[in-house]
Amino acid sequence: MTDEPPITLYRLQACPFCERVVRKLDEYGLEYRSRFVEPMHSDRNVVKRISGKRSVPAIVDENTGLTMSESGNIVEYLEKTYGGEA
Amino acid sequence: MGLDFDVVDLPEADHPDVGDTAPDFTRPLVDEEFWEDRSLASLTDEGPVLLVAHPMDGAFPATYVWNEIDDRGWADDVTVVGLSISSVYEHKDLLGERGADARLFSDPGAGVAAEYGIEHDLDGMTGVTEHRPAVFLIDGDRTVQYAWVAETWPDFPNYDDVDAAIDDL
Repeated sequence: MTDEPPITLYRLQACPFCERVVRKLDEYGLEYRSRFVEPMHSDRNVVKRISGKRSVPAIVDENTGLTMSESGNIVEYLEKTYGGEA
Repeated sequence: MGLDFDVVDLPEADHPDVGDTAPDFTRPLVDEEFWEDRSLASLTDEGPVLLVAHPMDGAFPATYVWNEIDDRGWADDVTVVGLSISSVYEHKDLLGERGADARLFSDPGAGVAAEYGIEHDLDGMTGVTEHRPAVFLIDGDRTVQYAWVAETWPDFPNYDDVDAAIDDL
């Protein structure tokens, strides 16, 4: 079985807010799995199901059991959780 | 046959055959909700996989093949995945209409087609190489249990043979 990284990033192709989160994940050397969703908001039920909202980026971090959306929140969370180890 | 049209013979394909290990690959795999990079091995680890390579989404052979797969309900018995050069967005559209419980690999550069020896350079569409129609039934050890590759263009799988191969698993 392939090892699945504990962090899953729900993203939209070419979305700058998503790229901001990707930059932060890369900065801390965190392994993550990318799941791309549709540009159409109404077609993003998977994101709604995991985070309660249809907005991306959204991440699921199995290290901490946390799910969150909005890039500002996510970046802040990553800094707090992983910044110290960078 | 006396019919006034041309079925084109394709050159012999050097493809994985029964008993061979199916080459592993990773490509974006599309389901009804999202796409993500997946390897073939990560799918076969979970059980047998029916890998169906087909012309680009929208071409009538792709439509016919998926209609037949749906009619026969193969996705109830094995993991069914398609493979074409179509983009992830086109795959999403296809899954909106057919391919119930199936997922689709997107291989726009046809690299997997090359790996599997099933490339098809399209006449009149310069620079476009796609997958010739092909069906591989691959077991949990990634061993090919059934293989069929089109020898003419167009050509369609023998669905009863695939049915029998699934039953034999």
